[in-house]
Amino acid sequence: MLGRKFILLGLASCLASGVLAKPSAIHLPAKKPLVQAVEKSNSKKSNLVKAATVAVPFAAVTTAKLASATPVSRLPATVSDSGPEAQLVTIFKEIEANRLNNALQLTEALLRQHPNYRLANLIKGDLLLARRQDIQTFGAMSGAPAEKVADLRAEAIVRLRGYREKPETNNVPRYLLQMQPDQRHAIVVDTKRSRLYLYENDLTNGGRPRFVADYYVTQGKLGAEKLSEGDKKTPIGVYHVTSSVPRQKLADLYGSGAFPINYPNEWDKRQGRNGSGIWLHGTPSNTFARPPKASEGCVVLTNQDLDAVAKSLQVGLTPVIISNSVEWLSFDDWAKERSELNKSIDTWRTDWESRDTERLLKHYSKRFKTSDQSLEQFAAQKKQVNASKEWIKVKTDNLSVFRNPGKEEVVVVTFDQDYRSNNLNNLMKKRQYWLREDGKWKIIYEGNA
Amino acid sequence: MTFKSLQQPRFKQLKTLRAIAIGLAIGFAAPAFADNLPEVQRLIKQGQYPQALEKVDAYLSNKPKDAQGRFLKGLIYTEMNKPAEAIAVFTKLTEDYPELPEPYNNLAVLYAQQKQYDKARTALEMAIRTHPSYAIAYENLGDVYAKMASQAYDKALQLDNANATTQNKLALIRDLITTSGKGNVKPTATAPATTAASPAVAAKPVTTTVAPTASTVTSAQASASTTPAKVAEAKPATAVAPTPTPAPAKADGASEDVAKVIAAWANAWSRKDVKSYLAAYASDFNTPKGMPRKAWEAEREDRIAGKPGKISVTYDEPQISINGDTATAKFRQLYKAPGLTSSTTKTLVLVRSGSKWLIKEENSR
Repeated sequence: MLGRKFILLGLASCLASGVLAKPSAIHLPAKKPLVQAVEKSNSKKSNLVKAATVAVPFAAVTTAKLASATPVSRLPATVSDSGPEAQLVTIFKEIEANRLNNALQLTEALLRQHPNYRLANLIKGDLLLARRQDIQTFGAMSGAPAEKVADLRAEAIVRLRGYREKPETNNVPRYLLQMQPDQRHAIVVDTKRSRLYLYENDLTNGGRPRFVADYYVTQGKLGAEKLSEGDKKTPIGVYHVTSSVPRQKLADLYGSGAFPINYPNEWDKRQGRNGSGIWLHGTPSNTFARPPKASEGCVVLTNQDLDAVAKSLQVGLTPVIISNSVEWLSFDDWAKERSELNKSIDTWRTDWESRDTERLLKHYSKRFKTSDQSLEQFAAQKKQVNASKEWIKVKTDNLSVFRNPGKEEVVVVTFDQDYRSNNLNNLMKKRQYWLREDGKWKIIYEGNA
Repeated sequence: MTFKSLQQPRFKQLKTLRAIAIGLAIGFAAPAFADNLPEVQRLIKQGQYPQALEKVDAYLSNKPKDAQGRFLKGLIYTEMNKPAEAIAVFTKLTEDYPELPEPYNNLAVLYAQQKQYDKARTALEMAIRTHPSYAIAYENLGDVYAKMASQAYDKALQLDNANATTQNKLALIRDLITTSGKGNVKPTATAPATTAASPAVAAKPVTTTVAPTASTVTSAQASASTTPAKVAEAKPATAVAPTPTPAPAKADGASEDVAKVIAAWANAWSRKDVKSYLAAYASDFNTPKGMPRKAWEAEREDRIAGKPGKISVTYDEPQISINGDTATAKFRQLYKAPGLTSSTTKTLVLVRSGSKWLIKEENSR
């Protein structure tokens, strides 16, 4: 009887230790403690009860549960800020403490909130089955499809971990170096943790990102680092929301809304990545949540979470940075990295204004190219243009700087470029990719944004 | 019968409908009923539900509150596949007689058939709350948990599992009160038998729990059956106790004799065998209102042999206590004759006379 607790406990403890190996059932001599418990809980009743509990093992268990159920008042359903994680944590705590009755009550409360919550249904099934027989594993139903159980188990693990390992309040994701002033929020996705972090552009604090909330997300069936059409992977990179598709125009699969992002971006194309239709979207009506790895490459939230996040999304503006595993910086390191890049960008600007082509070209990588020019063509053009200039004034407004997740040190710089000169004025939104080469930031791509 | 083979069916899910003896409280809790109820039960057994319903309705028109009659009516509706009506009957019974576990149990069975497992669970928990030793309710509750688990798993794992879950059938309780007709082998409770015979817990003294069923066995047939004759007193159950029929304890000899006397007495009455009937009474029998023995005997002869039509006297499990040469037997008696049915709680005081037990007092209420 006690054996069963260790199954679910096994899940919980493997979360703590990070070991995802299947926990094995542990068998303890169950009868004696059980009977003692029963006798204790029924101590005021006649020996009739005692006799019955001794004679009928199953009955004894149930009696114990009923008896223990009465004095314990129903626990209030806790509601977490961004999902069922807090409730799941409490449920697993109750299971670890072998208070299965409470665990069941809490699970049922969770299911009243989200009747389609498959993970909660699985836990409920286990807790009920445990009243009847010893159970050996998470998802103990005989003949349970292993893949589906594994999916729910994975969801439980990432949710509990997400809840226990909230981002440090004095750390920021390295990617959010600088948001432009009108970008109110930014989204950072951690595919390893199946987590989406919502950050606010804290303008009162110099535009430092401020953590708002985090949510469980589903990614591509085959994980992250999308390369090509149909590879069922979620792209890694710096994107932004390009549009909003309202629920009425969506198939049920996409749930309460959808926000396409601009995969493949300039960098993706340059790397030869293709595919399309990567969205942030909701969940179909037949389930509360989807497993951690289930989409064709989209980032999927529960409908309630999508609705919450949607309030913060600005079409065409809100950055969506998807990473394998978020790198975090202290405020100091973040400020240092940001000012270093700002300095590089500003030097590039003033060197352009100097009309000295060599000085300008020092900012460009040997691997630089635009969508239609090589470095040589670009250099030749600059030389030619500069020859006709008496003066050049360049302003970079609404600057944003986002570090591209990945091994290569790449940042994505976007700004409104106000170019004035003696013979030409031009306003454009420009995007540059800067790469750190030999310790120096160099432009490797630039073009219209 | 081994320990294992006994335990397995409990944890296997499949259970057929079966008759169950009563729990402790019912014998006293149920109001009096007339002796046409056995007829109703007989009709039910024969599958003649419309006739049974007619009979029980007629019976209830006189005794609308009667628990036994209403219970049978609920049972008939269940058999006639009228769950809504059956649920109404059993629900009302639980309201009027909250101390009876059987209506809760059967309510749960009906709810479970409709896949309303939450309601079924609540009903069974009520049954257990009223009778913590109620084995059938525990078994059914276990089944309900399993069903609910299966439902939850279906939702969790998106299984199209419609037929995988139809396996277990909860045990419907057929009798609120067990009656033993003449020559009828009593359907002694299977569950309590299992209870006693499955000493899953190592070497602990086990007190048998279902007192009425356990107290004694009425007919010779019954005592010869495989059902272990259980004693009300504490009896050690050893861990390895596959013994199918433990030898009856010494005290049982006397109560068994008394039980035989009662059986013979009721039997003689039913056969209108006045001679045998009167022979069951002691010579110093306390006649009603102290009337002369002769006058009493004449009256009995008139009322028994002089009665046109059939007489049927049946009774439920008597509670017998032996105190030296005096025995007290208490039971519910069902009397049925043309134009008269009655149910009484009868107490017989018997005295030992040589090797025989004779009736010294007879009281009804």
